[in-house]
Amino acid sequence: MDISKSHYKKMVEKASPNSRLGANCAKAFVVGGLICAFGQVLNSLYMFWGANADQAGTYVAMSLIFLAVLLTGLGKYDDLATFAGAGSGVPITGFANAMAAPAIEFKKEGYIFGVGAKMFIIAGPVIVYGTLASMVVGVFYFFFGG
Amino acid sequence: MQYLWAFLVGGAICVIGQILIDKTKLTSARILVLFVVAGVILGGIGLYPRLAEFAGAGATVPLPGFGNLLAKGVKQEIDQVGAIGILTGGLKASAAGVMAAVALSFLASLIFEPKSK
Repeated sequence: MDISKSHYKKMVEKASPNSRLGANCAKAFVVGGLICAFGQVLNSLYMFWGANADQAGTYVAMSLIFLAVLLTGLGKYDDLATFAGAGSGVPITGFANAMAAPAIEFKKEGYIFGVGAKMFIIAGPVIVYGTLASMVVGVFYFFFGG
Repeated sequence: MQYLWAFLVGGAICVIGQILIDKTKLTSARILVLFVVAGVILGGIGLYPRLAEFAGAGATVPLPGFGNLLAKGVKQEIDQVGAIGILTGGLKASAAGVMAAVALSFLASLIFEPKSK
């Protein structure tokens, strides 16, 4: 078979985006799913130790945030994120990583504009628009009921 | 069984995020904002709590679960204290998570050095 280089390049371009998307999605699915399943295991454990459903949920979030910040400090969360993409970014651990990573990265710029400000470079927008949306929900709930 | 559902639903939510990253030009920060706001809205109209009922951590651990928590918090607060809850509910519900992340991230910045590139 005689295929010119440019033709081959076109074939690769045609074939690769989808397979890359498939592989990325598979990795995101497995890693994201495992983080959530691990959260569910922790949840059962905390309820077994006497927490009610709301408390257990809070403890699970705290535990996952702690682990994510620790792994971020050790430089391991980056490796996970390279592999898993959204699988490690979308769970609450990704939110914790998005705060801890710039906090560590920018400490050389000082504790005010480095750590204090850069910590919220991604978490800030999330909190701003999350709480604003919650106000909108609150207004509707207050005037029109649930 | 609840672990399987947590795995499947949590994984599926992450796949949505991955498709958004690969297929659109949205940055991950925009996607996180989108997911939280989507969680607030789905929580507000009562759909997300239904998902959380059978998926457990599969629904509450991904970021839309954080949004759902805000919506739940604002409703509870309005039930308890009235209109002022519109202002206080969201931040109150998110307080534990945000404060933990702030405190631990600050601690991490004291302990760990950035990786040299």
